[in-house]
Amino acid sequence: MAKKEILSPLPGTFYRRPAPDQPPYKSEGDPVAVGDVVGLVEVMKSFNEVKSEVEGKLVRFLVENEDAVMAGQPLAELEG
Amino acid sequence: MAIRTLLVANRGEIALRIQRAARELGIRVVQAHSAADRDSLPVRLADAAVEIGPPPAKKSYLSIPAIVEAAKKVGADAVHPGYGFLAENGEFADACEVAGLVFVGPTGDTIRAMGDKVEARRLAAEAGVPTVPGSAGRIHELEEAREVLARTGFPVMIKAAAGGGGRGIRIARDAEELARLWPQARAEALAAFGDGGLYLEKRIERARHLEVQVLGDGRQVIHLFERDCSLQRRRQKLWEEAPAVRLDPTVRERLCAAAVRLAERVHYRGAGTVEFLFDEDRGEFYFLEMNTRIQVEHPVSEEITGVDLVKAMLEIAGGAPLPFRQQDVVPRGHAIEVRINAEDPGRDFAPHPGRIASLELPGGPGVRIDTALYAGYEVPPFYDSLLMKLIARGRDRAEALARLERALGELAIGGIPTTAGLHRLLVRAPEVRGWDVHTAWLEPWLESNREKLA
Repeated sequence: MAKKEILSPLPGTFYRRPAPDQPPYKSEGDPVAVGDVVGLVEVMKSFNEVKSEVEGKLVRFLVENEDAVMAGQPLAELEG
Repeated sequence: MAIRTLLVANRGEIALRIQRAARELGIRVVQAHSAADRDSLPVRLADAAVEIGPPPAKKSYLSIPAIVEAAKKVGADAVHPGYGFLAENGEFADACEVAGLVFVGPTGDTIRAMGDKVEARRLAAEAGVPTVPGSAGRIHELEEAREVLARTGFPVMIKAAAGGGGRGIRIARDAEELARLWPQARAEALAAFGDGGLYLEKRIERARHLEVQVLGDGRQVIHLFERDCSLQRRRQKLWEEAPAVRLDPTVRERLCAAAVRLAERVHYRGAGTVEFLFDEDRGEFYFLEMNTRIQVEHPVSEEITGVDLVKAMLEIAGGAPLPFRQQDVVPRGHAIEVRINAEDPGRDFAPHPGRIASLELPGGPGVRIDTALYAGYEVPPFYDSLLMKLIARGRDRAEALARLERALGELAIGGIPTTAGLHRLLVRAPEVRGWDVHTAWLEPWLESNREKLA
């Protein structure tokens, strides 16, 4: 089974939920299709959706909610 | 007791601005910073620096325990919050006080009273300050809105009681739209502010945004005249002037007196701003909100009055009375500030962090630059996009405009897109030169000048 990664398109702060009181976009074990939103990256107070460019099963997140991320940094690991 | 060591709990240009005022007063400066700001100019220029957490603001500049602990660790006796972050957080002001630190600003109670927009409106009305026709208090059900509408008519604005800074505002043009927007506004207010309280205000079309700078010592309040901040995009100011253009002297007098009355009503301490909508056709102004902090655009008031507002804040926080009387504040000439943001006007103002490859700053008579940039600096993605404030002063508005245009021509920021090019267009726009603008003027103008911004 091939391992795949979802990379952050931008530098900023990573969020797993659309809003603090809402459930996360994706949880570990969830299926991910191409174009699925897996989180948000906040860049200078503007929020950008992170869409997956790969498909598979979400194995684990590689960063925590609200972590600082760099452009190109792997955010989550997928398999299948 | 005069402040001896000040913790600057902010970043960027305002951190540097506060440091400069403190240093001139002989105060030792400690700069609080996140891990992302280790190489920033405020950290380099401070007497000492203290790291308060990782890059995201929530874990550093917005962390009350981290900042209070840092202040104690470095032996600070006062904390300046700047603007944004915790500047208008009453709990932070209280936490400083409990820890034996002077909060450079008003009391937590004043911050909370003005932060609750319904309470602020009530206090304004009590102080005899005109408010926009609307609901007297918060409204929870749409049915309660009917009798308010008899006074406001349409269009009407739906605002969040706990909002501010233009957030959470909706405009309804008829009853049907109001019924449709009401539940959305309520859900959004609840999600964004944890408070679903709403209120209604008459929508004043083609209004200008005027605001009065006030300064109080907890007993007396004076004003430092007004600013005109009508050039806004999505309710964010981009260009500010002092004094307001074409303002009738009797209206100016009433406007400034109204702001002072409201600030006196709450025994205001420190620098604050009372914001108004101005209906130029009718010569009427209406209270919008009061900001209980130093504002981004304070330099234009400093330039026309010769007063150092941040220094005055520090003196007052140290226990001194107002350093001057109302009659000592005499405005002279005209000043304009433009905000240079790390945003790409050609791509719908998308924020653009990155490295400042090169930097050439303007100078000469009447030009002031407030910035923490340097060549080689890496603008981090975690915070506000404001890079620099360019302020031009002249003996009159024409000279200030000429200096602004000249200074914008000298400015060169290499490496990332900025809003400097937008200001080069604006400074030549006939509507801006003639100040034939209102708060909703800029957005359609941007739309019709799209290709020039690319």
